[in-house]
Amino acid sequence: MLRILVTTLLLCLVSPSFAANIETGDATLDAAFAQLLERDFAIKAQGVDALARSGHPQTAELLSGLLEGRLRYLKKQKRLVWMEQRDDGRFAIDVFSEQDYGKFSSRKFRKLAINNAMRGQIRAHLAELELASPDADVRLAAVNQLLDNPAPGHATLFERLLADEQDPAVQEALRAGLALARLSASDPDQRRAAIAAVADSLEPAVRNGLSRLADSDPDDGVRADAAAALAKIEDRVAFYGHVETLFFGLSAGSVLVLAAIGLAITFGVMGVINMAHGELIMLGAYTTYLMQQLMPDMIGLSIVLSIPAAFLVSGLVGIMIERGVIRFLYGRPLETLLATFGISLILQQVVRSVISPQNVPVSNPEFLSGLWQINSVLALTYNRLYIFIFCLLVFAGLFFVLKYTRLGLQVRAVSQNRAMARAMGVRSARVDALTFGLGSGIAGIAGVALSQLTNVGPNLGQAYIVDSFMVVVFGGVGNLWGTLIGGLGLGIANKIMEPWAGAVLAKILVLVFIILFIQKRPRGLFPQKGRAAEG
Amino acid sequence: MFLVRILSGDTGGKVFLLVLLAVIVAVPVLNGLPADHPAYVSTYTVTLLGKYLTYALLAVAVDLVWGYLGILSLGHAAFFALGGYAMGMYLMRQIGERGVYGHPELPDFMVFLNWQELPWFWYGFDQFWFAALMVFLAPGMLAFVFGWLAFRSRVTGVYLSIITQALTYALMLAFFRNEMGFGGNNGLTDFKDILGFSLQDDATRIGLFVASGVALALGYLACRALVTSRLGRVAVAIRDTEDRTRFIGYKVEHVKLAIFTFSAMLAGLAGALYVPQVGIINPGEFAPLNSIEVVIWVAMGGRATLYGAVLGAIGVNYAKTWFTGAFPEFWLFALGGLFVLVTLLLPRGIAGLWRRREVE
Repeated sequence: MLRILVTTLLLCLVSPSFAANIETGDATLDAAFAQLLERDFAIKAQGVDALARSGHPQTAELLSGLLEGRLRYLKKQKRLVWMEQRDDGRFAIDVFSEQDYGKFSSRKFRKLAINNAMRGQIRAHLAELELASPDADVRLAAVNQLLDNPAPGHATLFERLLADEQDPAVQEALRAGLALARLSASDPDQRRAAIAAVADSLEPAVRNGLSRLADSDPDDGVRADAAAALAKIEDRVAFYGHVETLFFGLSAGSVLVLAAIGLAITFGVMGVINMAHGELIMLGAYTTYLMQQLMPDMIGLSIVLSIPAAFLVSGLVGIMIERGVIRFLYGRPLETLLATFGISLILQQVVRSVISPQNVPVSNPEFLSGLWQINSVLALTYNRLYIFIFCLLVFAGLFFVLKYTRLGLQVRAVSQNRAMARAMGVRSARVDALTFGLGSGIAGIAGVALSQLTNVGPNLGQAYIVDSFMVVVFGGVGNLWGTLIGGLGLGIANKIMEPWAGAVLAKILVLVFIILFIQKRPRGLFPQKGRAAEG
Repeated sequence: MFLVRILSGDTGGKVFLLVLLAVIVAVPVLNGLPADHPAYVSTYTVTLLGKYLTYALLAVAVDLVWGYLGILSLGHAAFFALGGYAMGMYLMRQIGERGVYGHPELPDFMVFLNWQELPWFWYGFDQFWFAALMVFLAPGMLAFVFGWLAFRSRVTGVYLSIITQALTYALMLAFFRNEMGFGGNNGLTDFKDILGFSLQDDATRIGLFVASGVALALGYLACRALVTSRLGRVAVAIRDTEDRTRFIGYKVEHVKLAIFTFSAMLAGLAGALYVPQVGIINPGEFAPLNSIEVVIWVAMGGRATLYGAVLGAIGVNYAKTWFTGAFPEFWLFALGGLFVLVTLLLPRGIAGLWRRREVE
């Protein structure tokens, strides 16, 4: 305290001679910059401290200007200016009034020279200023930056900040930082208390600190405590790792389910092997692309509107396929396979000829990009999260349609016993067309979702057709639940195997598993019961 | 005597065999004419025809299981490709020190991957007799194991089709992996010679063409012998009503397994003849699309006729060559349209057009 007083007194004594040199309109700043204009770096350093504590609204700006060397003193005008290098020379812009003084030769600017020690000092001040920022995210980033570079003085700083902090995320980071700082306390008991305090944290900095203690602390008790705490933390990290794998598996499975669920209707309920299913997905993806071309400024809205649009496009194409080809082939599943395969080739070529043989760009809207940071070791990407939710919604919608609507009732009746349904007055031809349209429309919706995850090109559908059939056959034909469980299960199995087997081998193993599984349960996970299932 | 018996009532087959015989004899002769003679057949055309003949043999193999046994295999290209790989491995070993890296034993891609020694499954492929054996054994074993599992648990119809598709898809993914030791993405290529004859020589190419023709003729006769035998009659019974055949007391699984394995071996032979003529084998041959295309050839020509399969294979492939040369844009339209029209309008294929009267 005394030293500050003395310094201030000294400043008051010395400053008049400099005050004449600089005019900022603020006495504290005037004094600070007067010191900064001195030759002696010790005095300059005091000037930096004085500037940092000035409380002036532009403090951070001035400090970073000083750090970058943009902040200059214009001798003649006695003003602080930003030196701006333009094509035709150096220009001076007033720091406070933003007035443009025009062009000057470089000799007219005086540099506020700083050395490396001062640079470190300025950076620390900047971090502290960020800690006081009104934006919680900026504060959190600043705290985390301090956590990465631990220093003895941080404990008191964190304590002070913690007293005023309102935001829970920043509070948690501060507490971790505080405990981390105390990990290096000289008293073993304090260190042990600090270990207990950080035992819940997942911050990488805490794990580093703990493993340092566990390896090389002079005190046995501290070492044991640190090792135990570390083991517990590693367990939790591993647990979150599993959660992440599960999540990846669920999102990969959701893609499978979305691709397969339309097939579950056309193949499962109607018994039609629709090899053009993949191309109906592709049409959905291209619909998304065309919608984006129609409204390039509203990507988010276009995605939402693409869902019904893709349903209509693929659904109508599906109805055309059913009316034009498939209705002549009922009861001959292998021949529908061939005919629809021909249709799939035609659809691919249509897209190649009409739009482009190359992949087309489909952009992702804002709300689908980014991360949901749950804690420092677990972050979920929004697009995967939304895919999962979207998949569940589509499934629920379809389930509702089949279970509780008139169309659904008729669909089930026709699929169980066509002749009897007809006898009861169900127009089976119309029901067939609508069912096929429904399954195809769902494929289109799947295309909208896939357009956000993979490249959209004429071959998009082919990549999914084999997988889709696997899911339906694995889950059990004619059972929507089977498709859901089967798809999600295969997705999870794939992701669990991927780390040790690699993506391709994992896929091969899943295929081999399905081939063997079909031997054991030829009708899938959830076989259809009753007479309808025979034959 | 035997030939007369198995070909009795098979007018189409007789015509086909006579035409095939004529082609086998005529093409080498025409190839020997001076290049400006109007009837001259270039070596390129000879190789192209040889390729068609191997496709035809593959189609006969598919027709045997689909037309006479009712198994729609969407994985026969896998057996074709396995036979091709067995032959490719032999051809690879024949390159010897003439490879880019000049290693006396290891093929180029292994040197490139920094492998030190030959993997065990490449042993023996420097001997032609061993490779020729594997051409039949590799697809045969796969078909036997796969069929044994599938038929025993009575996987039939659509389900069987889909898992055969899964099989070829899984094999495709596996062969794409460099670690498998089959050249990964690039496959096996850059072959130099077969049995000491350079693959670049016209004479070798004509030899391969004739070999393909003879293989097709023998394969056809073998299938014909099979379908006219008692076994063939049981197969047709299984195709029409599997359960009834089982109740009568036939071992349905054994019949299916035997014919399926035989068909896979035939497909392997076709693949082995295909590879030296096109000069490359890569995992793309396993693509599910290829298997489906073979089925289309058979459907196009006419199921359960055998010669129809040959007709379909050669017809569709000729159209493909012509279209991709003249109107590359329209080939898929044409092929797709063909699929739809044939299934809708010609359920018995081209052969069905004149067979209808015969049957009635």
